[in-house]
Amino acid sequence: MSVLIYIEHEEGVVKKSSLEAVSYGKSLAESLGTEALVVGLGSISPDEWTLVGHAGASKGYHVTDERLNAGIIQAHTAAVSEVFEHSGADVLVLAKSSLGDAVAARLSVKLQAALVSNVVSLPDLAEGFKVKRSIFTGKAFAITAVQTSKKILAIKKNILEIRQDATDIAVEEFTVSLVDRVFAAKITGTDKAEGEISLPEADIVVSGGRGMKGPENWGIIEDLAKALGAATGCSKPVSDLNWRPHHEHVGQTGIKVSPSLYVAVGISGAIQHLAGVNASKNILVINKDPEAPFFKAADYGIVGDAFEVLPKLTEAIKAIK
Amino acid sequence: MKILVCITHVPDTTSRIQFTDNNTKFDKTGVQFVIGPYDDYALARAVELRDQTGGKLTVLNVGEAETDPTLRKALAIGADEAIRINAYPKDSYFVAQQIARVAQEGAYDLILMGRESSDYNGGMVHGMVGEMMGLPSISPVMRLDIEGNTAKLSREIEGGKEELEVSLPLVAGCQEPIAEWKIPNMRGIMSARSKPLTVKEADAYDVHASIVSYALPPAKGAVKLFDKDQMEELVKLLKNEANVL
Ligand SMILES: Cc1cc2nc3c(=O)[nH]c(=O)nc-3n(C[C@H](O)[C@H](O)[C@H](O)COP(=O)(O)OP(=O)(O)OC[C@H]3O[C@@H](n4cnc5c(N)ncnc54)[C@H](O)[C@@H]3O)c2cc1C
Repeated sequence: MSVLIYIEHEEGVVKKSSLEAVSYGKSLAESLGTEALVVGLGSISPDEWTLVGHAGASKGYHVTDERLNAGIIQAHTAAVSEVFEHSGADVLVLAKSSLGDAVAARLSVKLQAALVSNVVSLPDLAEGFKVKRSIFTGKAFAITAVQTSKKILAIKKNILEIRQDATDIAVEEFTVSLVDRVFAAKITGTDKAEGEISLPEADIVVSGGRGMKGPENWGIIEDLAKALGAATGCSKPVSDLNWRPHHEHVGQTGIKVSPSLYVAVGISGAIQHLAGVNASKNILVINKDPEAPFFKAADYGIVGDAFEVLPKLTEAIKAIK
Repeated sequence: MKILVCITHVPDTTSRIQFTDNNTKFDKTGVQFVIGPYDDYALARAVELRDQTGGKLTVLNVGEAETDPTLRKALAIGADEAIRINAYPKDSYFVAQQIARVAQEGAYDLILMGRESSDYNGGMVHGMVGEMMGLPSISPVMRLDIEGNTAKLSREIEGGKEELEVSLPLVAGCQEPIAEWKIPNMRGIMSARSKPLTVKEADAYDVHASIVSYALPPAKGAVKLFDKDQMEELVKLLKNEANVL
């Protein structure tokens, strides 16, 4: 019996959300009186594995097959499943992500393990195995009882601090047998914003709405984001109008974020937008209309014209950094 | 081409979410139910593909009789026929089993659905169906074109997208901007009444998980308001109170 954590990496750098998953897995392993093991696929350096150890893992299974650097859903499913069976784990933990969600769903059938997604806290083990998860796009929670002996938990981002344990991780190279069929879907190209802070992973997000009037005005959003070390996002009309790329669209039908600080500029606060941001720890709203519904969901608000407010706010932040 | 689109029957996105019976039941009072917004994208693209390539478009829902109006709406938008598996959708695994059976029997080339339902947000049914049927499953899909027997897709990844090619049959979880939502017109609404809606019983009953109770998030405290000349005060609070700087 043990807990296995499936980590993801970006060009060899383990994602922050995956380190959170490792720490979650470790805390769960402690309450189950067992160990936290990790499976990593593709090229991950020893230094990165050290960080995985500090986040709480005592053992790593490294499947070095370079074909797995690409996020091919069926191939990752096959590899993780083989490691899971070999390791004797009965709980798999992973961070919710575009790839993680897709892989977890297939694994749930392959391993006959219940999958609980959007998990927001450690399970309650007092009576069976109960997990709290976010539902209705953050408007509510459900306590879910898991009925299978094997389990998969996909955890939401930013629900816990990454541990700083002194754990020395033992990394074992592990070979899996991948049949051609799992590479049936061919990735023919990738189009990715380089050097940007990734929106779903970011600790601070600055989003602009239709109140920004046009794409030519995004400079002041980017200046604020830069001063804060934040990723940039936008409302749905902004991406529909092609002012900003689709992968920045936040909300019910876009990216759901849960940063420590969400800054909304010129966004009215429609219920569908709020659904994507209501898990943020703090919300700062900048809007010239004091009646904008977003203020009701905010912790901090600035009533004023974004074009006057943003440069001043950016200066004030730079001054204390 | 034979296309199956699986749709959920979910509360309108503006619904106030409340629970009854000591927080063990979802309160449907005053709630309007709609086709899940992501499923609506899948359906819109399926209508376009059916119109391009010909063939048949079937919509499927796993639900009780109350979901029939939602299926009729999908017929009005352009589906040719509807199937309802007459069962309460107990959990994702249960639903995936029903879909996989219908998809197997109907030998569909494309099995589409939303990337996730907007009620329970599991985002797992497409992957489960893919694994049950031994087919590729791709999600979240932002573009889907069919050339002969090949699907060309874009999948959203963190910070961008990736392009993929895969042979049919295929399962896909869809999202925008795959197509624009379609609003049924009068002709569609009229013809939907006479299109077939077949009700079948479930035949597999395994569930993996069940909901014990619900909870609402704690109420937000009052917002602290500032004007443009109070930036130092605000930044101080962001640093010392919110601990985010
Ligand atoms: C099924 C469904 C799903 C949806 N999903 C999403 C989603 O995922 N994400 C999403 O964002 N929306 C979504 N929407 C759309 C949503 O309902 C709103 O239409 C949208 O969020 C509004 O965007 P906005 O706030 O940028 O624009 P608006 O509502 O036009 O608001 C602009 C705001 O800017 C303010 N403003 C104007 N000028 C200034 C200025 N100079 N300085 C400061 N403030 C200014 C105005 O006071 C106003 O509050 C969805 C809708 C539906 C029906």
